[in-house]
Amino acid sequence: MNNSLHPLYNGLAIPFAGIPQADAGQFLQTILDAIDRGRRIVSYFGIPGQDAVTLVCVLADKSEGRLGVTRTAAGGGHFPSLANLCPQAQLFEREIAEQCGLIFDDHPWFKPVRFHRPFTPGRDAWNRPAGEPIPVGVMDYFQVEGPEVHEVAVGPVHAGIIEPGHFRFQCHGEEVFHLEISHGYQHRGIEADLFGGPHPRTLHHMETLAGDTTIGHGQAYCMAVEALAGLKVTPRGEVLRGIALELERLANHTGDLGAIAGDVGYLPTSSFCGRIRGDFLNMTAVLCGSRFGRGLLTPGGTVFDLTQGQRDDLLRRLAEARRDLTGAIDLLWNTPSVMGRLEGTGTVSLEMALELGMVGPAARASGIKRDVRHGYPFGIFRMTHLPVATAFHGDVCARTMIRWQEAQKSMDFIDEQLRQLPSGDHRVTTSPLAAGQLVVAMTEGWRGEICHVAITDDLGRFARYKVVDPSFHNWPGLAMALRGQQISDFPLCNKSFNLSYCGFDL
Amino acid sequence: MTDIIIHCSVALLMPPLLLGVINKTKAAFAGRVGAPYFQPYYDLFKLFRKGTVFSETTTWVFRAGPVITLAATLIAALLVPLGRHAAPLSFSGDMILFAYLFGLSRFFTTIAALDTGSSFEGMGAAREVTFSCLAEPTLFITLITLARMSKSLSLSTILTYPTPANWLAAGASMLLLVGALFITLLAENSRIPFDDPNTHLELTMIHEVMVLDHSGPAFGIILYGAALKLFVLGAVFVNVALPLTTGNPLADWGIFIAAMLGLAVTIGVVESVMARLRMVRIPQLLVGATILSAFAMLLVLR
Repeated sequence: MNNSLHPLYNGLAIPFAGIPQADAGQFLQTILDAIDRGRRIVSYFGIPGQDAVTLVCVLADKSEGRLGVTRTAAGGGHFPSLANLCPQAQLFEREIAEQCGLIFDDHPWFKPVRFHRPFTPGRDAWNRPAGEPIPVGVMDYFQVEGPEVHEVAVGPVHAGIIEPGHFRFQCHGEEVFHLEISHGYQHRGIEADLFGGPHPRTLHHMETLAGDTTIGHGQAYCMAVEALAGLKVTPRGEVLRGIALELERLANHTGDLGAIAGDVGYLPTSSFCGRIRGDFLNMTAVLCGSRFGRGLLTPGGTVFDLTQGQRDDLLRRLAEARRDLTGAIDLLWNTPSVMGRLEGTGTVSLEMALELGMVGPAARASGIKRDVRHGYPFGIFRMTHLPVATAFHGDVCARTMIRWQEAQKSMDFIDEQLRQLPSGDHRVTTSPLAAGQLVVAMTEGWRGEICHVAITDDLGRFARYKVVDPSFHNWPGLAMALRGQQISDFPLCNKSFNLSYCGFDL
Repeated sequence: MTDIIIHCSVALLMPPLLLGVINKTKAAFAGRVGAPYFQPYYDLFKLFRKGTVFSETTTWVFRAGPVITLAATLIAALLVPLGRHAAPLSFSGDMILFAYLFGLSRFFTTIAALDTGSSFEGMGAAREVTFSCLAEPTLFITLITLARMSKSLSLSTILTYPTPANWLAAGASMLLLVGALFITLLAENSRIPFDDPNTHLELTMIHEVMVLDHSGPAFGIILYGAALKLFVLGAVFVNVALPLTTGNPLADWGIFIAAMLGLAVTIGVVESVMARLRMVRIPQLLVGATILSAFAMLLVLR
């Protein structure tokens, strides 16, 4: 039993001072013990201070619906690394090193994540000179040597219309031995900008953390602010948010299903899904006027209400889209050549997914029952439980199947909620944020678990605001899925994960 | 003389139309209107009016690639009889020349790709030669089988040999040959299920990735050459698969053109109803085609 893990719940604020400060050994042992018992790292970040970096780690429990938080102070510029014992800490430690200039000793892959300057000028973990620009993606890549081994570099400029990222393959003929993924091309400095927030633009920044996850990130931010301000969102506001979140999931899952069909060269589903995705986006536009849900959410509820006419319109559109989508997806399952292409490609085993701490549809496709809506319910999902769809094989086919099953459940959910829309107001007025608090706000975006952690200072401003996009957990999963695969299967595997570049780069 | 003029004009003008028909068919299956039938012609005109960029790392090989490829395919087009009319060029043994003209054009496409030094193009070239090693025997065995049936080594005789009567006499062989030739036609022209001509994913392409560095008129020549190759191999297929002859030269030309358009629709349907194969499965299908043609030869030789 370790006593330095302080319990807390999704979307509830606790006093930051109430979290006991552990010493370094106790802090690391707490994390290791928790992971041994099946917990996982949700967020792990540093707060740069005068002479020490405060490290905060949020761990999720497997079953109890409860989170745990622990903190320590790391002075002297060095800290022991956990990455060798616990691979899911690997990226978090590199991120802390880059942001706070803390050097993690014995880290196996100690290189920058996003290639930006540290929060505190001059405290650079790699002693990069302050005057010179930092070229993104320039680092020592892992290399395989031997006869007939060759290296293929893809990106950051791609042939298709996707975001920039660099992929380094170590290949033996057509077989991939190792894939290393390098990011940072989309880094905007969102977290650095949030010190001393919230600013008037903060909500808009949150909505565009990952452009396709407006509601997911927007709601996580609103939940954090509401918890700090002591607001209670009305039932109608919660239902409207839930509908918007599921519409976002539907639009993206539909787009992904079409893109997967397109990647294997199966045109009918690809074309139909492209159009039906537009139908779901247009339904979001009925809610707020923006196809991507921009400007719908605000701390305290939603900016727009739903009229009776709009409700009926949505129900009608939903029924039509459901019919079309079912037809388009059934084509996919009924075509043997498509199934032959998807099955057994890019497999991530259950053990691997657990070890890497993967989240979202990619984790559920490997058999992990992990869904924030179910495990740490928030908003309307505290009242209505969506079943969690899981698969076992962890291959591209499983990830495709999970998307379709989730899409069906989301359509059921929206239909049900629209028919029993609670009356009352959709918005409450805001109040100032409480001082000296910590809140963890988690939502289930369409890519998986989104985690925002806000810590306020004595004046009720953000002393630190940490964002973890599901892509941060899942990119290593893609790299592992490619091991032993054909390099020609990479685009299909990549599409089946469809991770965010800007959500990772922040 | 009239036939030679018609032969040349059909062979020169029709190929891009086949691509237009394929694309229109695929669009219909996808519930779209699709690009106009003549879009491939517009694209070629556009490309021929553009400038060309040559990488500094490339040599004359890179520039020669498209030209030699097109020239070889054009000569091959003169060797194939179209619509039951003898080809403008024919001599005993021209079937060997025909097969190796494609070998020459492939050699220059791959060596021009290697000339760029790009890892993608290297991968594409490796794939192209691997798969063509497996596709070439099928074409050869098919031609040998037909040569054996028609007791000739000239394509003009070989490919006009299948008449309704001859077809029925050797029905089993002919059916096997038609199957083998259709698979070869799809493989040689980088169509689904072997390659996806519409993909933009550089890691999965075979033919498209080899020509990534070509631009402007050079790229136009490549596109036109690819369409011509589809036309030539399609004409071989139509000659074997459709032994109809009316005796009226103009009617035969009409039947031929209709058959080519029908073939384009068929390719479009195949591309619409199935997905691309995994790359490791492609050799299996190609070897399967070789076995089909080998069986056809066995039946003829017995």
